[in-house]
Amino acid sequence: MKRQSTGLALALLAGVMLAFSASNALAYRVFVSNEKENTISVIDSETLEVIHTIKTGNRPRGIILGNEGKWVIVCVSDDNKLQVFDTQTYELVKDLPSGPDPELPILHTSGNPLYVSNEDDNLVTVVDIFENRIITDIPVGVEPEGMGMSPDGKWLVNTSETTNMAHFIDTESLKVIDNVLVDSRPRVAEFTPDGKEVWVSAEIGGTVTVIATESREVLAKINFEIQGITKDAIQPVGVRITSDGKKAFVALGPANRVAVVDVATREVERYLLVGQRVWNLGFTPDEKLLFTTNGTSNDVSVIDTASLKVTKSIRVGRYPWGVVAAPN
Amino acid sequence: MMIYAGPAPRPARSVLCRLNPSLLKGFSFCVAGAAFFLAAAFPVRAGEGAAQPPAEAAPAETATETQAPAAEAKSDDTLKIRLLMAREIQEDRLPPLSLLDIPPPDDGLAGAQLGVEDNNTTGRFLKQEFILDTVENANSDELVAEVSKKVDEGFPFVVADARPETLLKLADALKDKDAVVFNVAAPDEDLREENCRVNVKHTAPSRTMLADALAQYLAWKQWRNWLLVVGPAPEDKAFADALKRAATRFGLKIVNERVFEYEPGSRRADGGFEQIQQQIPSFMQDAPDHDVVVVADEGELFGEYFPYRTWISRPVVGTAGLYPTTWHPAVELWGGTQFQNRFQRLAKRQMRPIDYNAWTAVRSVGEAASRTNSSDAKTLIDYMRSDKFDLAAFKGQKLTYRAWNGQLRQPIFIATPKIHVTVSPQPGFLHEFSELDTLGVDRPETKCTAFQ
Repeated sequence: MKRQSTGLALALLAGVMLAFSASNALAYRVFVSNEKENTISVIDSETLEVIHTIKTGNRPRGIILGNEGKWVIVCVSDDNKLQVFDTQTYELVKDLPSGPDPELPILHTSGNPLYVSNEDDNLVTVVDIFENRIITDIPVGVEPEGMGMSPDGKWLVNTSETTNMAHFIDTESLKVIDNVLVDSRPRVAEFTPDGKEVWVSAEIGGTVTVIATESREVLAKINFEIQGITKDAIQPVGVRITSDGKKAFVALGPANRVAVVDVATREVERYLLVGQRVWNLGFTPDEKLLFTTNGTSNDVSVIDTASLKVTKSIRVGRYPWGVVAAPN
Repeated sequence: MMIYAGPAPRPARSVLCRLNPSLLKGFSFCVAGAAFFLAAAFPVRAGEGAAQPPAEAAPAETATETQAPAAEAKSDDTLKIRLLMAREIQEDRLPPLSLLDIPPPDDGLAGAQLGVEDNNTTGRFLKQEFILDTVENANSDELVAEVSKKVDEGFPFVVADARPETLLKLADALKDKDAVVFNVAAPDEDLREENCRVNVKHTAPSRTMLADALAQYLAWKQWRNWLLVVGPAPEDKAFADALKRAATRFGLKIVNERVFEYEPGSRRADGGFEQIQQQIPSFMQDAPDHDVVVVADEGELFGEYFPYRTWISRPVVGTAGLYPTTWHPAVELWGGTQFQNRFQRLAKRQMRPIDYNAWTAVRSVGEAASRTNSSDAKTLIDYMRSDKFDLAAFKGQKLTYRAWNGQLRQPIFIATPKIHVTVSPQPGFLHEFSELDTLGVDRPETKCTAFQ
């Protein structure tokens, strides 16, 4: 009898532990850079609460994962460098060099090197993240910003905000091979998962340009219309495409909406109301949730990608800018 | 006459290809050579109809180091787009009260120069080269004659910092040519209304735009009762009229109006404050209660005497204290940091409103050229008049020209001399087509018929 109860208790305990670890396995850590606060808010994707705040250098903006998810790498623009933090311990691992005013980093598909746009010197800098050194600089247009990497690692696409172009850079030769004129103030470049298209948002132009990767032809321009919102307030910035290549999410800045676009037809399916001046977007690794950074309302909105509902708003630091989620 | 072809330090502007590596970080702005060289290095695919040169990429490093061969390489298929800065030297204009506000000798011109640089950075991908020339004259008729001559020589885009009457003469002298004048300085309403000209675009805001921008913020603050102080100059009265119109439009009240008569005398004297701190409060005595003192002093000859010297403690706004402006040297919004940095590196000073207005004028031409892939004046002018045109200009939204009078629609900063306080239009001031049209004379009220 006693033995039986002990066995039961053990079984129960094991069950609880199992349940606990199972729920833990589903939770991700979501890192949000807060541009004006010099912090990164860390959110647990299960509880949707801020579990930690990392102190960073000045003006943290573009934020990505590196070293197989062990690092979170953030541009600290006003310090003219990148910082690397441990995604588990949140400790500062090291600094990485960049050019002046780094804004958006992206890694090669192989995990190294890192390419970063430097907004103040018309260059994309190529950085070896393990050897902590600059490999080379690539001259591009005025105010480089968006960085897109093709799934095969062959193409890096950089956008320049005042030159209004998407520059196609060959990652082998590190040369600009082609330039495609897009609408005013391009911000973000995102490849479709099959690598055939790159989607470029134009903040002032109010459009997303779809460019064919191989021919560099403009295939389409996606326009947005929201009842009760003037055209001027529709300012596309962040673009994220689901890994099945079906849905694209486009953050529309001061329109306070995220557009859901059917990738195949390029039709806008609906608009989701989020916080104010929504700029960047980040999926959880399972793509069940999409986080949006809402700059002027100091929060992130959480979108359930299956139901296309905004399920929660989480208060973070001042002027949240970029977002990336890491597996736990 | 001066030729500008890159950020050569003044007064060496006639040197065609002076390079300052620390400024350029690896890019040659020696325009002719670099435009060709880089166009060859970085061919571009424009959305429609752009040239498709062979895609032979030059090594990136070569671009940083190869200036001399680039300078020699002259290409005939580079499109050349020539702009002219026309400056009327206004010697009779009194200097402003504050030493901080004395205009630099290249006021406006440096903005046009940055515009040409920015156009050329884009132009090098498109085989387009922008060239800026300058004419300056204190004599209005001579200036108009010189500009006309330059237009005939192939400078169809005229960026003008001139008095209103000169601007009209200029517009009329060019009316049968494929040319356009950008007014970057004159705020006069009549230039956009009864005296509007179809070949003039205004990147300078009108007085009603400035007054409406300020009034919207005062309405938002609920500072509804104004004491208006107007200077004796005709421009002061004109700005006061714009302020009165704004007050009526937005439900504000001018409880008292006073004319500040004065003899400017010598701006500089060893002393002055002893008397002024007595004179201003006594001038402001016996006024009905008011929320704010609104000063109209466009020449900046007395307005700066008012803050902290009023009879009762009230903020001063208008042309002194909190003021409306197209640009402010402290603005870092919407990517403005990089823009300010580029200007600072080029001009070795801070950007002023006329610089910004000249930059938007030059960039308008650049935008039209890159979208049409043309250097033909008529094509570019038509494009700027079409509804396809828009300009990104560090104001958080696209800038466009009003189809009925050529006025650039733009948000207006409301600022102290140190920093911006807000940007108008204010939240809640709605409009059927564009909130920017809540600033200034709108289409239904315009007296301009030239564009119809």
